[in-house]
Amino acid sequence: MGGATDILELLKKSKGRRIKVLVAKLGLDGHDRGAKVVARALKDAGLEVIYTGIRQTPEQVVETAIQEDVDVIGVSILSGAHIPLMKKLMELLREKGLDDVPVLLGGTIPIPDIPKLKELGIRNIFLPGTSLKEIIKETLEAALERREE
Amino acid sequence: MTTQELDTLIDKAFQGDRASIGRLLTYIERSPLDASRILNKVMGGEGGGHVIGVTGIPGSGKSTLISKLISRYKEQGLRIAVVAIDPTSPLSKGALLGDRIRMQEHATDPRVFIRSVPTRGVKGGLSFSGVAMIEVFDKLGFDKIIVESIGVGQTDIDIMNLAHTILVVTAPGMGDEIQALKAGIMEIGDIYVLNKSDKPEANRTYAYLDFALETGEIGSEKLKWRPKLIKTSAALGQGIDELVKAVEEHLEFIKEYGIYSEKISARRRYMVRLLAEKLFTEKLEEIDEEIDIANRDIYLEAIKLINKVVSQLG
Repeated sequence: MGGATDILELLKKSKGRRIKVLVAKLGLDGHDRGAKVVARALKDAGLEVIYTGIRQTPEQVVETAIQEDVDVIGVSILSGAHIPLMKKLMELLREKGLDDVPVLLGGTIPIPDIPKLKELGIRNIFLPGTSLKEIIKETLEAALERREE
Repeated sequence: MTTQELDTLIDKAFQGDRASIGRLLTYIERSPLDASRILNKVMGGEGGGHVIGVTGIPGSGKSTLISKLISRYKEQGLRIAVVAIDPTSPLSKGALLGDRIRMQEHATDPRVFIRSVPTRGVKGGLSFSGVAMIEVFDKLGFDKIIVESIGVGQTDIDIMNLAHTILVVTAPGMGDEIQALKAGIMEIGDIYVLNKSDKPEANRTYAYLDFALETGEIGSEKLKWRPKLIKTSAALGQGIDELVKAVEEHLEFIKEYGIYSEKISARRRYMVRLLAEKLFTEKLEEIDEEIDIANRDIYLEAIKLINKVVSQLG
């Protein structure tokens, strides 16, 4: 679990280069409190956060990731439609050659669905109750790993 | 990045590959040297784009208004780029960029490219990379390049250095006529937009602004352009036709009087100045510890500091 010191270490590793994260609400779901709290926390940790707002299609999320050239994509879904939506999103990312961008998912995800989502290539799945520190730490790690490639 | 990689990236961007455009903009943001190499390849001549600066107080509806403009320009078959500037936190250095929320309906349109740009500590908000991006969009053949500023009230006037046409957006109930008469942002507009004009008090605010425009020598040109005042309600889609028309009239005006090209030269000078400032400031911060506070002739010490920065940059 990420403590504040871990996060500071990770931030140091970014060597002053800003990390850009997309925070998106995917699908017909207006519950944006969680996404906003996470966006705010990432901003406060020194990241540059692009927030798309609610009711985004997979196409919109992928296009936004392309135009903004983000390091990480964070998706929030509380509608229950996470499997088909994430499947479509991951397909589109592959199609557009963005399969190297790490994807993180947060929301009300039933535990039995987790293996399936992991199989789709989603790097982290944050369930309700996950601490902001952990989300920040995982986001930073995802961004830095991609960069080292 | 090798020269060959850069060439390939630029070629692909010019072929319309959006991921390459996105990556090119990232290189511009990341390093002044890369930015300079990229501009070296693409600059020269004029791209023919019309740069529209949109400024005005936070919450006046700039992003929503831009979204409506994009819709109209799309109908005309034009290509539109948006540079959306939002503030960087002075404490965490992070940023929450949310301008594009209001424009997401255009996100998947191949004629539209929206890029969010954090201010990263630049005082007026317009960073070197923001201006360099305008230059690239221009060369990539975008017809309308819309720059949305952060809109921090009266200090956000740097936009006048880079836009062909400046829209100053305000909303009802944001202060009385004395605010409208004050120096600063209310002087720089080519077109003033009273947005949210469906709200109560709109008529009174309109009258204040109209009075300010009528009475003063307000207006960005010493020439014959009289700033226009347009009432809109972006959310309801009202007044957009009038606004589009006013913007076109202004474009025709500046082309007729040769101001169009003058503004491009001004923008390029401004870009170089911003880069000079950036390089200087960064070096200055780097050698902060070397300042001799025992020296009581602070003027001399300041000159010594300038020389030190210059010799290290050279």
